[in-house]
Amino acid sequence: MRPDPLRSKAVLSDLAGADAPLGRRRVLGLGAALAGSLAFGSKPATAGPAQASPPADAPWSQSIGAGVVDRPYGRPADTEASVIRRNVPWLTASAESSVSFSPLQDLHGIITPNGLFFERHHAGRPDIDPAQHKLMIHGLVERPLLLTMKDILRFPQITRIHFIECPANGGMNWRAAQMNSLQFSHGMVSCAEWTGVRLSTLLEEVGVKKEAKWAMVEGADGAHMNRSLPLDKCLDDCLVVYAQNGEALRPEQGYPLRLVVPGWEGNVNIKWLRRIKLGDKPWHSREETSKYTDLMPDGTSRGFTWLIDAKSVITFPCPEKPLDGPGLYEIRGLAWTGSGKIRRVDVSMDGGVNWQTARLHEPVLSKALTKFTLPWRWDGRPALVASRVIDETGYVQPTIAELRKQRGSNSIYHNNSIQTWQVKSDGSVFNVQLA
Amino acid sequence: MFSSRKICLVIVAILLAAGGLAGAAEPGSFGYGRVASPAQIAGWDIDVRGEDGAGLPPGKGTVDRGADVYAEQCAACHGTFGEGEGRFPKLVGGVGSLRDERPEPTVGSYWPFAPTLWDYINRAMPMSAPHTLSADDVYALTAYILSLNDLVPNEFVADRNSLPKVKMRNRDNFIWTDPRPDTMAKPCMNNCVNAADVRLSSTAEGRDLTPRTTGPLDTMQSK
Repeated sequence: MRPDPLRSKAVLSDLAGADAPLGRRRVLGLGAALAGSLAFGSKPATAGPAQASPPADAPWSQSIGAGVVDRPYGRPADTEASVIRRNVPWLTASAESSVSFSPLQDLHGIITPNGLFFERHHAGRPDIDPAQHKLMIHGLVERPLLLTMKDILRFPQITRIHFIECPANGGMNWRAAQMNSLQFSHGMVSCAEWTGVRLSTLLEEVGVKKEAKWAMVEGADGAHMNRSLPLDKCLDDCLVVYAQNGEALRPEQGYPLRLVVPGWEGNVNIKWLRRIKLGDKPWHSREETSKYTDLMPDGTSRGFTWLIDAKSVITFPCPEKPLDGPGLYEIRGLAWTGSGKIRRVDVSMDGGVNWQTARLHEPVLSKALTKFTLPWRWDGRPALVASRVIDETGYVQPTIAELRKQRGSNSIYHNNSIQTWQVKSDGSVFNVQLA
Repeated sequence: MFSSRKICLVIVAILLAAGGLAGAAEPGSFGYGRVASPAQIAGWDIDVRGEDGAGLPPGKGTVDRGADVYAEQCAACHGTFGEGEGRFPKLVGGVGSLRDERPEPTVGSYWPFAPTLWDYINRAMPMSAPHTLSADDVYALTAYILSLNDLVPNEFVADRNSLPKVKMRNRDNFIWTDPRPDTMAKPCMNNCVNAADVRLSSTAEGRDLTPRTTGPLDTMQSK
């Protein structure tokens, strides 16, 4: 028994608060619902949602739903169709070398669903046949190896939860508040449960020569995207993964194989990983000289700024989720740091004059998103809402003014400053910066 | 009686056991995958090191030849003389701009190493057909782009010996260690700033830069 499409539309128009509740579509819909009920021999519905007063049934409570495998993979409710990755068309020259943003305003936990994990491609998304994909490990090793996906799946498995953030996340806010949106100001961070094999396991398998100090990691995409990584980090906590949140990686996330470099900037987490070469020096590729370096006010540039410093953002309220009027709310947000675990998050309602410590929600994991909340009784007056994280090293998230004093505003990357949302008396929310 | 085949199997078993006892530090302890042959490695090994050009292959290319290849393969996106097209990157200009309010990082103003240019063209360009140019054509393109930036004379011939010797303008302005943390704020809790001093320095309200976040994808045009 399939749900009647006409009835589904009527339900949608009710939920959307249609202006004319007894319009033609709705009458048709109720008729279809009645016909459906009659076909099953049950009593016809007598009360639609428009007359609903307790006790009452909605149409979906008085009919039979769809069967199993009606949607063999599954998909979000039709009314969640707006919860998608989005891009900024004017930001990049082409969609193939571009970025999409996670809808943080509509997510509720520390795990980003796979279809909503932000994307950054340098030469588009390749669709790779895993039967033909291989990983080569060579250079300063005892036994250079060519591994198939079947080979990689045989190695001892490890599962970890880590965030990945593009260092350009928030880059548009370096000069001034620009994007009036949580999705576009902070959506280049996502977090997943990754499953694969420790990079150290693979490196032990090939035998690292003692002169080796660096690894070059390279993707199989059209950019042949590559970065240099110090061997110490590779042996510490890097993962070569094939699964994300329990299922195979999505093509957008590097299917069939990617690198996860916990706590370090997104672009070193090479997707569609095909080659690891060990050497004694870094490679200084285009992506680590002309891109992903930080131009300082004195004209010098910082290369190899891999670490993601502590950062937090309030996800409710935000520009996409205004307040409904005075009353009790729960401030909600996310915090993360490449330096380990979150120690504390403070929240201010008055633009940083006074702060209160928020509650951290378990699990508080190393190099993962951490959720925080704080109850707030809003009196309806304008407010400036902000969060400030302190990580386990004692590092305190800076204001944008403090960060600009050090780095000017041309560095594009690594803007981890405090985000302030302006709440107006009508409950609307705007992205602002404070002097 | 043991056949020679059985003896072989016993020897293999002993060797495998020895490998297992040796622990994971010994290469090949799992034994998965195949040892990559020199020919296989040669086929995959495309990387070039920026600082000294290690990995540059044989071949060479002139500025003149590079102009022809550039007109055919690159000009549509990067402009006839590297001035950029639409939002595709400029390849020239910006010299002396790195301390400005609007710096222009290009090959001429920003890139520290010439072999990196060869490596990037070879691995990623042209964008619609990456890694399809011959080594000679990549050398020629590298020579042409360096000459557009007045980094080499018109008679320059790019090869594995000449490229690492090109002196790039921004060569000595990179710091390869991370000096962070570069802010050391203390977590004040009460009366941290004077409430009267709290004012907005900027707002995104009314800026009209933000795509919508409901409904279908926004195809808003370039600003």
